[in-house]
Order: sequence, then C-alpha cells, then structure tokens
Amino acid sequence: MTAPAEPTGLHERLTALAERQIAAGEVLGAAAADPVNAPMIRHWTDALGDANPIYTDPEAAAAGVHGQIVAPPAMIQVWTMPGVRRDRRQAGTPVDAVLAMLDGNGYTGVVATNCEQTYHRYLRLGESPVPATRFTGLAGPKRTALGEGYFVTWNVTWYVAGEAVAEMLFRVLKFRPRERAREPRGNGAPPAREDTPATGENGAGGNGSAARRDAPATDEDVSAADGDTPARRPYPLRPAVNADTAFFWEGAAQGELRIQKCADCGELRHPPGPVCPSCRSAARTYLTASGEGEVYSYVVHHNPPVPGLGTPFVVAVVELPEGVRIVGNVVDCAPSRVGIGMPVRLTYRQMDDELILPMWAPREA
Amino acid sequence: MRTLTDDEVRVGAVLPELAIELTPTVVVSTALATMDFTSVHHDVEGARAQGSKDIFLNILTTMGLVERYVTDWAGPEAIIRGINVKLGVPAYAGDRLAFSGAVLACEDGEFTVEVRGTVSLGDHASGTVRFALP
Repeated sequence: MTAPAEPTGLHERLTALAERQIAAGEVLGAAAADPVNAPMIRHWTDALGDANPIYTDPEAAAAGVHGQIVAPPAMIQVWTMPGVRRDRRQAGTPVDAVLAMLDGNGYTGVVATNCEQTYHRYLRLGESPVPATRFTGLAGPKRTALGEGYFVTWNVTWYVAGEAVAEMLFRVLKFRPRERAREPRGNGAPPAREDTPATGENGAGGNGSAARRDAPATDEDVSAADGDTPARRPYPLRPAVNADTAFFWEGAAQGELRIQKCADCGELRHPPGPVCPSCRSAARTYLTASGEGEVYSYVVHHNPPVPGLGTPFVVAVVELPEGVRIVGNVVDCAPSRVGIGMPVRLTYRQMDDELILPMWAPREA
Repeated sequence: MRTLTDDEVRVGAVLPELAIELTPTVVVSTALATMDFTSVHHDVEGARAQGSKDIFLNILTTMGLVERYVTDWAGPEAIIRGINVKLGVPAYAGDRLAFSGAVLACEDGEFTVEVRGTVSLGDHASGTVRFALP
C-alpha cells in the first residue's frame, strides 16, 4: 500500500511484460548444430569420468536394453549449446525481454537456482534435437541473501521430428547487487549459484536462443553471487576483445587511443580488422592518436534503458585529425550542447575495477 | 558393471559416496565437453574480474555428475527419467565435490534417489534423481 512509487511502477511493468511473454507461448530455437554423435559423447564421458558402456561401446550397447548406443540423458542441453561464436545462431527467446528489463532497472546480478530435467527417452546417434522455450514465471520482488530480486523461470522442450524427448525447467534469481558487497562467505548460505548458462544457453538460450551472458542482453553472469564481489559494482557491458582488437583495449587501459595501421602501406583503419582493405596485407601495427577530434555525427539516447548507463547519453562519431572516425560517448557536457563540428578531446572513464573506456569531452577553444 | 534389480533396491538404502577432486583440468575439460565456453569456467582472470575467486564448475556438468553418481551405483542399464537440482554454492577449482545419496521412494517401478553434492562452502547441488530398472 505504501510502497514507493517507482518500484511499484516497475513491478507493474514487469508483471505486464511477464504476462505478454507467457502469452507468447513456445518459441522454437535453432536445431542442434551437430546431430547426436559418438565423438561428442566420448568427450563428455571422458571429461565427466562416466564409464557407462552403453554410451560408448557399440557391443555392450547392442546387448543392452537400448539395443544401440545412446547419449547420456544429461547431455540433452549440450546438443543445442550455441558454441563459441554464439552470435551466429541467436534466435531469441521470450525470456530475453524480461531479463533485459530487469537489467535495465538495476537487477543486474544473476544466479541460477533450479535446474529440473525430465527425459522422455534416450537419444540415439544421428538425431537432431530442436529446443523450444516458453517463459513461465516471474516472482518477486523478494528479499534474498544476495539482495532484492526476482525469480525468473522458463521451460525448454527438446523435440526430435516433432516428438518431445526431454524437458527442462530453469530458474534464475535476478537481483540488485549490494553496493557494499563484502559479506562473509557461507554466512546465511545464499541459495544460489553464479552461473551463466543460466540465462544464456543453458537457460533460455541453450536452445539457440540469445542472451548468452556476454552477448546482448546481459553480461553480469556472475556479478555478486558468492559474496566475494569486488567493492565496485561490475559494469555490465564488456567490449569484445579478440586478436584484432586487444591492442586497442590494452592502449585504453594505459591511456592511449590506438588506431590500427597497415604495416605495409601505412593506411589507418578503424574499427580494427585482420586485413588492410587497401593493400590486403595482414601485417598490422598501430599509431597513438593525438586525442583531438571533432563531432562528425551524434545521437542522444533516451530509451531503452542500457544496463550500467543513465539516460540520456550521447553517442557520437568523432572524426580524428589522423583520418579515421571512431564511435564514443560525449561526456562532461549536457546533451543539448553537443553539435556537429564540435571540437572534442579524449578522456577516459573507469567503468569498474577492470574496464576503462575512452570517451570524448568538449575541447575549449 | 552390473545393473541392480528391483528387489535389490530398498527405500532407505544408502549410496556409496563419490568424491571428485575439482582440478582446473576437470573444471575446464567438462565445461568444454558440455559446449559451455563462458569465461568463468576456463579463465581464472575472467572469473576473478566477475567477482569469483576462481573458475568453477558449470551447471551442465553438475547435472551430468549427478546422473553419473546414480548410474555408477544403479548400473549401466538404469533408465534415468529425470533430475531435479537446486543449485547452491559454486564448486570452485581446487575444491572437492562429494556426492552422497539415499533411496527416497519407490512407486510404480520408478525409484527416487535423494542426492547431495557438497563442497567446502556447503551444498553445491541437492535434489532428486528418478530412474527405472530394466
């Protein structure tokens, strides 16, 4: 009755969204990339130390109740995990929007609390399960050992040629990480575990659905789960650091804005890539930019909410005197003051204990 | 390896303990074998950056180990019908995961075993496994 207005509004919006997502029903994901196969089964049994011969020994399997090799039932989710380059196969599930709204409103922590699987039959070699995800429940807000949060539940059914072969219920707690997170471990026994699969593949995703933690919707896999969190709340978005971009982020951490440069023809390029578009050389180096620039174009972002950022904020394309353009936030200045042609200078923001982002501030004449 | 028969499984029977030393190799190899490439399961720095003290076991592996714990005891031909797990504290590399269990019920030819996997921080996973015998 006397709850503060803002949380009440959020709760109502969450409840309405949850109802819509429940009504959306079952959403099919991508079929297993590889059909049930002996090599993946062998790797799994080897790693987990499972010596059951019906999974790997054709003779023992033929003589047994299944009459042939079958996959361990608990592998069901493995077949539809999206792999390392998960962006290729993201279909999206009805769970994503709910997790995103929670993220956008400060419930950035996530821990998996329940995993319940039912196996209608064992899978045989050559079968390709297809996952389908239903959003099934939102409960909260509740006080937990980790902080205030909502329990989010979804169900996945795996089909082979239209036959339901296995089902899973997955539940996570999305919570507001406590600002002061140093709590004695084991005290109060937080009921949950920090894991990613929860949301991403395992949960919603395992079915070829989106929100794997470091991808779109969220990344806070583990934020504050085990009571051993850093003093500073982790910034929920992480850059994609790979062999082509590592030099850039190493530079940012040292206060340098590095622009990739072809080691053969000298052409500058940004964003970084593996091959020079001008001479096709794969040899690359970089130069350190002066840190001056001019706003070439920009937008003011009001909605939707972005995890870890307050709105409105400015995203600009900044043209560097060196000859490339780079995307970044314009800070230390009201959005209404930003305009095309505005002179800016490089600045940095420490987003959390780990991440430093280059940004742009007005350059006084 | 022999599979138990219905009359060999009595309600209240206790399963032999299974302890697994969670070396980094175990954590990493099981994460990869379950196709889970999340950094917290193979990258110590990545795990620490997210507030964990070390890499830890992924959920797909926890489910697999619970299943293995029951079939190691019941035998290779036991038909696993379902696993319900409540997830608890993380199972970090360097810890030891010890499973214990007991037969909880038998109804219409389906057995329910209560399983608990504990690490030094407490319960990592607790729940039930349902299975039938041939």
